[in-house]
Amino acid sequence: MFEIIAKHQLAEGIIEYTLQAPEVVRHHRAGQFCIIRVAQHSERIPLSIADSDPEAGTITVVVQIVGHSTQELAQLGVGDAIMDVVGPLGNPTDIGTPDRAVFIGGGVGVPAGNLMVGEMKQAGAQVLAIIGFRTRDLVIYEEKIAAQADELIVTTDDGSYGYHGLVTEPLQQRLEAGESYDLVVTVGPVVMMKAVAEVTRPYGIHTIASLNPIMVDGTGMCGACRVSVGGETKFACVDGPEFDAHQVDFDELRQRLTIYRQQEQQATEAGPHPCQLEQQIGKMQ
Amino acid sequence: MKLEPIPMPEASISERLAGFSEVNQGYSEELAQAEAERCLQCKNSPCVEGCPVDVDIPGFIKLIREGKYTQAGLKIKETNTFPAICGRVCPQERQCQERCVLAKRGKAINIGYLERFVGDYLISHPPEQTERPALSGYKVAVVGSGPAGLAAAGDLAKLGHQVTVFEALHRPGGVLVYGIPEFRLPNITVDNELKELRRLGVEIRTDVVVGRTLTITDLREEMGFAAIFLGLGAGAPIFLGIEGENLPGVMSANEFLTRVNLMRAFDEDYDTPVQRGRNVTVIGGGNVAMDSSRVALRLGAESVKLLYRRTRAEMPARVEEVRHAEEEGVIFELLVNPVRFLADDDGNLAAVECIRMELGEPDESGRRRPVPIPGSEFTMETDQTIMAVGARVNPSARLVLPDMEQDEKGHIIVDPETLATNVPGVFAGGDVVVGEETVIRALGDGRRAAAAIDNYLRSS
Ligand SMILES: Cc1cc2nc3c(=O)[nH]c(=O)nc-3n(C[C@H](O)[C@H](O)[C@H](O)COP(=O)(O)OP(=O)(O)OC[C@H]3O[C@@H](n4cnc5c(N)ncnc54)[C@H](O)[C@@H]3O)c2cc1C
Ligand SMILES: Cc1cc2nc3c(=O)[nH]c(=O)nc-3n(C[C@H](O)[C@H](O)[C@H](O)COP(=O)(O)OP(=O)(O)OC[C@H]3O[C@@H](n4cnc5c(N)ncnc54)[C@H](O)[C@@H]3O)c2cc1C
Ligand code: SF4
Ligand code: SF4
Ligand code: FES
Repeated sequence: MFEIIAKHQLAEGIIEYTLQAPEVVRHHRAGQFCIIRVAQHSERIPLSIADSDPEAGTITVVVQIVGHSTQELAQLGVGDAIMDVVGPLGNPTDIGTPDRAVFIGGGVGVPAGNLMVGEMKQAGAQVLAIIGFRTRDLVIYEEKIAAQADELIVTTDDGSYGYHGLVTEPLQQRLEAGESYDLVVTVGPVVMMKAVAEVTRPYGIHTIASLNPIMVDGTGMCGACRVSVGGETKFACVDGPEFDAHQVDFDELRQRLTIYRQQEQQATEAGPHPCQLEQQIGKMQ
Repeated sequence: MKLEPIPMPEASISERLAGFSEVNQGYSEELAQAEAERCLQCKNSPCVEGCPVDVDIPGFIKLIREGKYTQAGLKIKETNTFPAICGRVCPQERQCQERCVLAKRGKAINIGYLERFVGDYLISHPPEQTERPALSGYKVAVVGSGPAGLAAAGDLAKLGHQVTVFEALHRPGGVLVYGIPEFRLPNITVDNELKELRRLGVEIRTDVVVGRTLTITDLREEMGFAAIFLGLGAGAPIFLGIEGENLPGVMSANEFLTRVNLMRAFDEDYDTPVQRGRNVTVIGGGNVAMDSSRVALRLGAESVKLLYRRTRAEMPARVEEVRHAEEEGVIFELLVNPVRFLADDDGNLAAVECIRMELGEPDESGRRRPVPIPGSEFTMETDQTIMAVGARVNPSARLVLPDMEQDEKGHIIVDPETLATNVPGVFAGGDVVVGEETVIRALGDGRRAAAAIDNYLRSS
């Protein structure tokens, strides 16, 4: 069991949890994730690790409440325990030694940038961070990123805070103005990461996207997380989750992320659950 | 003497399709006696040669006849740690039963059914517990909790070593719990073995991915494990690399079976979603394909077609599973291979294009190689395809121990006698060494490695 040490509501439907998970911390690096299972009957939910504290043996995750499993997690508070936490999974971000690096995050992808920006700084880079949200009330992790990046631009879709527009626009403007960068790392919604890749492609800037396909085990055993990268099938949990954004088939990824939705509809259309059937047959006998 | 083999009592087809309860109901004492009575107690016991771990078959059958079921069970356990499991899942018709002298007349003793009978007897009548042995003072780590790891852990504990099993998933058992469905191998049989291991002092730690959470260096240097056994399995699903394979609707058997078995998607009380196709196609001809087909039927599919590129005779699945699948309504499309998957307007799987095959010259495996018949392409509608075309060693096994020798397919290279890897103190066995194989092979490896590890520790 993994105890919840702290819980903060960061915005409507977005909660930050700090969990006691001493062994997950040991070898954890920026870019990695964990999989949690709230209780016996729950799904396994992959979550990026936003921070870790080796001394305290804790990890921090930021969760967007979207469906059943995350809603269930949201019910838990400090002192409660989560049944399973496994990690760190996936490969750490390959930062290299860039001179000028950009982190571009969107929504609940922004917290993952916390450690990435830190590592970029440690690698000696000048760092520009651009973080985007739908609206002012959803802005999260602004201070944490601001404290580390050399420059921070916050964008909102509706213009209620910071730059009015998409995260790609400030980047595009700088590139057009002749600024040069040698690394861009992007984490966020699929459409956003795809747009980032298109902006940097003509400039040949090495661009890494952290992908979030549906996962089950996270150990390379099921293939649910497969993504096409440069025409080859990769398993995001073990080969990724980060890949060369210019090679990723984002449209396929987006399509695969809808599998759940169809399944849920299909499940309701398919009639009674076999267990119900079993009960009915049991009653008949 | 009754000469006809005693059939296994089975649940009716409607009972089977209504849920996940076990198909084979097990012999009663009377049926077990009657079957045991047929055994000729051959002096040279050819049956034993067919068993990968040399179970004393006439010996345990004799004890059954004498009504000494506990002793019969303990007799099997001398070489086979998990009779209740192997009695259910061994491909007996290609192992012990194939060599039985009565096999020629098609009347081989049902050794597996008898083994299962005594294995279950031991579960319902636990024998008196032996004392735990004196501790050797050595700590041994077992990585992976499939049959190889569990068998190794049991023997090492009995030899007095302090054993910790590390498992990546949230539940121990490997393929026994995530792959093989309840209707073939109820989890209680596995849980029972786990209980026994815990009683022997084995610690089982789930949610630890060795190579990520803990490294081999952590295990050895910080945590004081003097030897390590790697039973990592060969669980990475193979895809064919054909067009449309990543369409929503196409999934690996491992994903499908894991959602249903490990994550219990069939149980209302669990939140796991799983796709429930109407016209399901399953690609493959082994146990994994049979299991997937039968699970799909139980999840409510209207039709399940199994596409296999050779003929029924070449199917690697256990004969009993093939029969059960067919009885339950799985349709076999033989000498058929998928060429590409086609999408509907929404981008979801709608059909599979196939090509007909014929058998050509034998290949390295001795089976006749299937070759496509040009121009025989045809299309089959399907809204869910489950790929059961094999599995390989997970490429990330390399992370576990970067200096360890692996062949080009990723199999860990070991000394055939001791199962020692090139890294001193590290041993490996089961599917990670030989590729996709059987439970009993993995179990045998675990036991041999345990003996070699004991030797290594005591002589170092
Ligand atoms: C490597 C990785 C890191 C992630 N990091 C975070 C994180 O730091 N914070 C966070 O809030 N979420 C993260 N996610 C996404 C998160 O795992 C899903 O939102 C969660 O599993 C949904 O569970 P649910 O049962 O609440 O929703 P469901 O009821 O299962 O789904 C609700 C909606 O979410 C979509 N969805 C389901 N699974 C995913 C998924 N894996 N990714 C995207 N959408 C999905 C469905 O299509 C559906 O529309 C990450 C995913 C991956 C693979
Ligand atoms: C659906 C299906 C049906 C089958 N049916 C039969 C049958 O009827 N009869 C038969 O004899 N055989 C059958 N087999 C094959 C048989 O199950 C395998 O040969 C056997 O389980 C191999 O055992 P193992 O211990 O080597 O590995 P596995 O059972 O694969 O177990 C390996 C374990 O190691 C864990 N692991 C891997 N890497 C790490 C790591 N780095 N850290 C921690 N843990 C790790 C995995 O999560 C897994 O739990 C079937 C296989 C499948 C998939
Ligand atoms: S372990 Fe398997 S092969 Fe050996 S006797 Fe038992 S059923 Fe037969
Ligand atoms: S070969 Fe058959 S009949 Fe002979 S001892 Fe073995 S099981 Fe009995
Ligand atoms: S999540 Fe199962 S293989 Fe990646």
